[in-house]
Amino acid sequence: MPKSLFEKVWDAHAVRTLANGQTQLLIGTHLIHEVTSPQAFGMVRDLGLKVVMPHRTFATVDHIVPTDQFVEPYSDPLAQAMMDELRKNCAEFGITFFDRATGKQGIVHIVGPEQGITQPGTTIACGDSHTSTHGAFGAVAFGIGTTQIRDVLATQTMALGKLKVRRINVTGKLRPGVYAKDVILHIIRVLGVNGGTGYAYEYAGEVFDRFSMEERMTVCNMSIEGGARAGYVNPDQTTFEYLKGRPYSPKGAAWDAAVERWAGFASDAGCHYDDIVTIDAADIAPTVTWGINPGQGISINETIPDPALATAVDEKASIEEALAYMKLTPGAPIKGTKINVAFLGSCTNGRLSDFQEVAKFLKGRKVADGVKAIAVPGSQIVALQCEKLGLDKILAEAGFEWRAAGCSMCLAMNPDKLIGDQLCASSSNRNFKGRQGSTTGRTILMSPLMVAAAAVTGSVADAREVFSVSSN
Amino acid sequence: MALEKITHVTGRGVYVPGNDIDTDRIIPARFMKCVTFDGLGEFLFYDVRKNADGTDRPHPLNDPRFKGATVLLSGANFGCGSSREHAPQAIQKYGFKAIIAENFAEIFFGNCTTLGVPCATASRADIARIAAAIEADPQTEVVVDVAKQEIRFAGQTVPTVVRADALDALVNGRWDAIAELLDGAVAVQTKAVTLPYLAA
Repeated sequence: MPKSLFEKVWDAHAVRTLANGQTQLLIGTHLIHEVTSPQAFGMVRDLGLKVVMPHRTFATVDHIVPTDQFVEPYSDPLAQAMMDELRKNCAEFGITFFDRATGKQGIVHIVGPEQGITQPGTTIACGDSHTSTHGAFGAVAFGIGTTQIRDVLATQTMALGKLKVRRINVTGKLRPGVYAKDVILHIIRVLGVNGGTGYAYEYAGEVFDRFSMEERMTVCNMSIEGGARAGYVNPDQTTFEYLKGRPYSPKGAAWDAAVERWAGFASDAGCHYDDIVTIDAADIAPTVTWGINPGQGISINETIPDPALATAVDEKASIEEALAYMKLTPGAPIKGTKINVAFLGSCTNGRLSDFQEVAKFLKGRKVADGVKAIAVPGSQIVALQCEKLGLDKILAEAGFEWRAAGCSMCLAMNPDKLIGDQLCASSSNRNFKGRQGSTTGRTILMSPLMVAAAAVTGSVADAREVFSVSSN
Repeated sequence: MALEKITHVTGRGVYVPGNDIDTDRIIPARFMKCVTFDGLGEFLFYDVRKNADGTDRPHPLNDPRFKGATVLLSGANFGCGSSREHAPQAIQKYGFKAIIAENFAEIFFGNCTTLGVPCATASRADIARIAAAIEADPQTEVVVDVAKQEIRFAGQTVPTVVRADALDALVNGRWDAIAELLDGAVAVQTKAVTLPYLAA
């Protein structure tokens, strides 16, 4: 019987059925970072357990690292304590730690793929909701809580109920100036922030066939913002080419065997899907959020929703709450909204291709007066790649501060924070109240090139006009 | 490790209205700079509950009428966003023993269940009825009966759903899966050898 990738990976990793009907699922690859793991190691110790497969857990530090301070101790003693704790835990349990001194540190969802640790047909878990990123490789990847991190450390498994699968076909061709970020913001807008509850999303169609691995990662990354626990793209030649030669990729004869095995995980023609959604790529425009969740998005040329026109009571209340927080005017164009900060980076859009695309258009342009603009590479390797190409200089000449790798202002657990009610044009993934470090700070999510356009004009702008984009 | 069999939770309730209440709002990220979960309770809903100077803002949790409530009520898609277990930990450490909402984000739901905090779904109309009863008399006792899939309050009974796997785990005292997962160690090894990428 034909099976979806999700079913094949699930079946290959299902150990047994537990008493409550959930499955004990083997987690082949476990990624950890400093924020959600310390308590899990504490629980492992308290219960007298050990880490059962230390070679299958990989650590890095990302959330709390300062992007403008390289020397420890960090100015924030709490950040330093978390750094020390992770270092100690990795040493004690024999876990590989991509610390800053290795030159391989970065956001956990960027490190896994660039090291070749993220592979097709595998199960991956990490105490971070954006673990869905790794699905871009045809892995089934779950964000988990800290108690489950304990479970994975101590047993290399976790208890989980099987998900349904929704196939999302994006057909046709994206218009110039429309990016992977717009695709996922559009999908979330259409299906809702909880439309994916109970589902894994399988992204497919011509748009995904043509997408690079980095573009696929951008989309899979934000699956969770649509409520889906996991999201994936079937592995293909693009996937294999990306993985070839990476440090943890199989080598020699093992490589050929691995590619054959990986290809076999792709969904079979005619397999069952619990739901199928088709979206025409031509309907997707550069998309920006106007509210306080990622589903509250509009295309750049639409106007800000008016609660008076809302049809449902619920919708009216949520628009009112969002606009009160965002200090935006109902019915006004979103284009032209003044910004204070521009943030390029995050596990959604902090990869080489993101900076390449931005640098291509920013060359010779200047960030508008009064706008604070920062560019934060997703990993030390991304930073190095950008620097070799001189992208850091282009960005710096334009007025962006070029920083060190980390999560930075996506969630502002390090010193990079909004101040007061500053409005940030951000390439990150969440526009929740207070998300970027100020309790009244405001976020508008958009693609990296749209962030660059906002930085240059000082207001939310259509990158296609600002940069005369005629082809991707 | 015998765990408590959580068949029902009884206590006074407090209603925090709103849909899509995310885990950043439940526990802002800056309070995650900690290596234990101790003390997270006081930071629950901090930024919507407190002014910048630390004084109270109007919020149901600051209303003295609802002090000591152990059942938290809210709207749809409760607990969306970040997977941080700090959110359910803060809710539990604040003193809540059960949550009633229209529906829950999935990672949050799993995190709560693993801590023995039942997440019970109820219709919007029924949540409004419970909220009205609490508002009329904050001493109203709310019983979240997990086993019977019903919520009783002020002489009324409304249906609730606790997802089947969570219901089983709660009422049978196996909501923390670690013991059962450890029991499967041999089967795990048998499975692991079939997966080439796990080779040391």
